[in-house]
Amino acid sequence: MQEFKERVPLLQVIGLEKHFTTQAKGLFKKNTVRAVNQVSFEVYEGETLGLVGESGCGKSTTGRTVLRLVEPTNGEILYNGENVTGMKLKEFNKIRKDFQMIFQDPFASFDPKKRIGYSLEEVMVIQSVGKKEERKARAIELLKKVGFSEEHYYRYPHEFSGGQRQRIGIARALMTNPKFIVCDEAVSALDVSIQSQILNLLKELQKDLGLSYLFIGHDLNVVKYISDRIAVMYMGEIIEMAPTEELFANPKHPYTKLLLAAIPVANPHKQAERPILKGDIPSPLNIPSGCPFHTRCPYATEQCSKIVPEIVHTSEEHSVKCHLFESDVTERGEN
Amino acid sequence: MEGQKLLQLHNLNVSFWTERDYLHAIHDVSFDVYKGEILGIVGESGCGKSVTADAILQLHDQQTTDYEGEINFEGLDLLKQSERDLRKIRGNQISMIFQDPMSSLNPVFTVGHQIIESLRAHKKISKKEARTRAIEILRMVGIPSPEIRIDEYPHQLSGGMRQRVMIAIAICCEPKLIIADEPTTALDVTIQSQILQVLKELQTKNDMSVIMITHDLGVVAETCQRVVVMYLGQVIEVGTVQQIFDTPLHPYTKGLLQSMPNLESNPNEPLYEIEGTVPPLNSIPIGCRFANRCPFATEECLTKNPSLENSNDSHQIRCWNYNEIGKKEGLYARV
Repeated sequence: MQEFKERVPLLQVIGLEKHFTTQAKGLFKKNTVRAVNQVSFEVYEGETLGLVGESGCGKSTTGRTVLRLVEPTNGEILYNGENVTGMKLKEFNKIRKDFQMIFQDPFASFDPKKRIGYSLEEVMVIQSVGKKEERKARAIELLKKVGFSEEHYYRYPHEFSGGQRQRIGIARALMTNPKFIVCDEAVSALDVSIQSQILNLLKELQKDLGLSYLFIGHDLNVVKYISDRIAVMYMGEIIEMAPTEELFANPKHPYTKLLLAAIPVANPHKQAERPILKGDIPSPLNIPSGCPFHTRCPYATEQCSKIVPEIVHTSEEHSVKCHLFESDVTERGEN
Repeated sequence: MEGQKLLQLHNLNVSFWTERDYLHAIHDVSFDVYKGEILGIVGESGCGKSVTADAILQLHDQQTTDYEGEINFEGLDLLKQSERDLRKIRGNQISMIFQDPMSSLNPVFTVGHQIIESLRAHKKISKKEARTRAIEILRMVGIPSPEIRIDEYPHQLSGGMRQRVMIAIAICCEPKLIIADEPTTALDVTIQSQILQVLKELQTKNDMSVIMITHDLGVVAETCQRVVVMYLGQVIEVGTVQQIFDTPLHPYTKGLLQSMPNLESNPNEPLYEIEGTVPPLNSIPIGCRFANRCPFATEECLTKNPSLENSNDSHQIRCWNYNEIGKKEGLYARV
């Protein structure tokens, strides 16, 4: 896509790392979990970047680190070209209203003792945006935008169903007029019929307000539907990134191929024998040497277990981290 | 549909006494399970899928639950059996696989202990034989080096491995019927495809019947031969997997299929939305239970509850107007 080249990324993440250290207890040694490792990506204005991978691969930690809800160990986060990693929290809080988050569990992310109106306005209060009346007007305006009416302002969270709460969660994320929203498994807890309502709403809001999303999910059908580009994570690293169509039509990394093959197809006529990814994701305490995927990769060579592959750009927008993607070994699996 | 019927549910009703209400959770549920088939039960949360499954083995609290109707298992009405006789059937002739393997395995016993316990409860075999058999079964469900794994505790195993152990416990007595209640919902897609493959293999090999409860239509298309669709405690459609996916008759089934994003969905078009939400159990609509969300609802739908009718031999439907709706296909035009 030509247009991307000229645009400045809204958010640029360079070499982001987050390591957690476990406490040394008795016999056990101190240990480091490398949850996010050398992750780099950009999010442009008005686009959705999907982040997929198995549980424990570091998707959510990446999302949280980008918002500095957890502090990164290494790396830089540039927002509109400005480095926000080194910023003091006090300073960062000033621009924080541009970043918001929609959480996975609509039941756990609202204070059950407070009215919806309070939960919505709290965001603005913390950011000290607007006067009391303005805040209320804004809350009601957004409630209407996500399909409620004024009376819902006075209700409590328990009066709403899961899907409704998720809509309120979206309204809350919009309170400060953000530019960038991290959607952390925003539709995973919802039923299919409700999920489509929320996905449509997210898309509509993006179009109206020019929002950018970092959409974290494990359901590839959903991520494909909503994302412009997709990054695939494995053991804390982005192993492949490409525009959505390109990634699904022409996956290069063996992990991506096997992940795509594992999606159940809701069509009884399109069932075929498919390659199955063997084994489990290794413990993040003990990341395999070389390419972290070599323990499960059906094509792994000796080189893979020793040398960490570099990120290779096969085209402007398609990057992959694998020693073998160019050789034809990985093609065989498809036939 | 030919074949012998293994299990017949006839007008099954299950109601619960709660602190405040008397809730009618499932209403006149009737369907058959044939020998050697995988039957899917689909529906959104709260539609009564799991209540139906648990009712077959009467796993609910007897004090607060009322059962009505007939559950006919090989000529035996399970609802008329004493607790003692039921215990001989549970885990032996009908066994269950639960959604969350972590909370269904006992954390203080080794996995071997838990398989042997089930074996020795139903079969007259020595401890040594049981252990040999347990290792054999663990190998069958695809656990590597079962001789070592048998002495491990659930926390030492990954989620996928734990679910394999659950399957091992379920099949160890060679049951005729397995009820799998969302067996892969808590797992990643890659692990899900491994588990589904194991289940399908075992089902063919041991000629078992499986009731697969899930909300994922992809899983249904991939594994099941026939499908039961439930909505708010009622069966609304029954058919072969081809009938349900190719020529669904009920507006709810159609809506469900349409609202799910799949790999072929056009990201530029909004997803189909089923309006509204599922009503709570304490305010069930008088007429057709789907009427308030149905785009085709008529006066009749709002006042009279339709019964489950045969559309043809293997396809049953609960809707007043399915014939007319079939002619208005435009609304659900396939992408």
